[in-house]
Amino acid sequence: MNLTRRHMLLLLPAAAIAWKYVLAGTPEASPNYTMSQHWWGMLIDLPKCIGCGNCVRACQAENDVPDGYFRTWVERYHVSDYDIENPHVDSPDGGKKGFPLSKEEGGKNFFVPKLCNHCADSPCTQVCPVGATFISPDGVVLVDKTYCLGCRYCVQACPYGCRFIHPKTMTAEKCTLCYHRITKGLTTACCEACPTGARQLADLKNPNDPIHEFLKAHSVQVLKPYMATHSKVFYNELDGSVR
Amino acid sequence: MNAFKNARHLFRVAAVFVVGGLAFVGVRALLVPKSFGQYGHYRGNAIAEIAARPVNYAGHQACEDCHTDVLEKKKSGKHVHVNCEACHGPQAKHVDDPGSVQPVKFDTAVLCVRCHEANIAKPKGFPQVASADHSNGLACDTCHQPHSPAITAGETTGGTK
Repeated sequence: MNLTRRHMLLLLPAAAIAWKYVLAGTPEASPNYTMSQHWWGMLIDLPKCIGCGNCVRACQAENDVPDGYFRTWVERYHVSDYDIENPHVDSPDGGKKGFPLSKEEGGKNFFVPKLCNHCADSPCTQVCPVGATFISPDGVVLVDKTYCLGCRYCVQACPYGCRFIHPKTMTAEKCTLCYHRITKGLTTACCEACPTGARQLADLKNPNDPIHEFLKAHSVQVLKPYMATHSKVFYNELDGSVR
Repeated sequence: MNAFKNARHLFRVAAVFVVGGLAFVGVRALLVPKSFGQYGHYRGNAIAEIAARPVNYAGHQACEDCHTDVLEKKKSGKHVHVNCEACHGPQAKHVDDPGSVQPVKFDTAVLCVRCHEANIAKPKGFPQVASADHSNGLACDTCHQPHSPAITAGETTGGTK
């Protein structure tokens, strides 16, 4: 076939349109969702957290997380008046069944929910030798179960301890930021179940998302900023003793 | 041209490399999934597979489409911003088939204390009770209606707050 100038002129725009769709990317299960239009994160409003454990239970119910393993969990901090560098931290069963009464009196006491920070420069995805874990184009750190070897490099690399090896499949598991929900226009299970609004899903690419106003008006911090992971889980009024 | 007199063995080695290289490229094309590298150094289809998981929590919008009466009741009380499934649990199956799948009615003596049992680590402004002193083990809904929990004048007052 001779490729004439006329053919070329017809082909080029078609190729450009096709390439645009390749770049945008659309998970087949959710036809109205375009990955390139989102950049997901989460806001944790610490003064609102009451340590009820609803998020932990919701996460387990939504994602079939095995008993004794956690994609999200709640820690209770007790910072004594005399030793702010060494807080007492407990998290009985991840906070799934609530917290017993504190033994320590006085000091500073508060709850800190933890989950995958969906870092924009995540250490865990960099160490995977087979390309089984990756940052999706919309900013969610995911694991491809069929590709994972279970080598545990990523479990060790995560500075936040957010990964584990599933006892049955022996592959890496972690919070998916309820990817199956957010691509359908729902919020995550933990945010849905949080009774006080301490957890809020945030779409940083959506100019109308309330996260932008919140970040401007509050002193917000991420965990371990010195690791330069560019975490996208923002903690409002985070205490300096939180590790 | 003595240097190239015995060149045939060089060609044999070259042929082995060419065949080996072609075999590598061919086998690799067969084994590497088509979508690998679509977005980066991973299998692009994995994203759609993860997104295809079924949902268990239906989301408060789905509840409010039918239960408008409860929504109205909640608006008058402090629990207005508490999503339905925060207490009622995952109800996607109920949304799919409201007739045959019914949410279980729970024991308020267990449910309410998950949030409202006094604990020093809870925010100071959050309403908390020591349940043993507060109600002597009576179910909370003896006095409080969960969808609008404040006790209005005229209703029975079982608790001290």
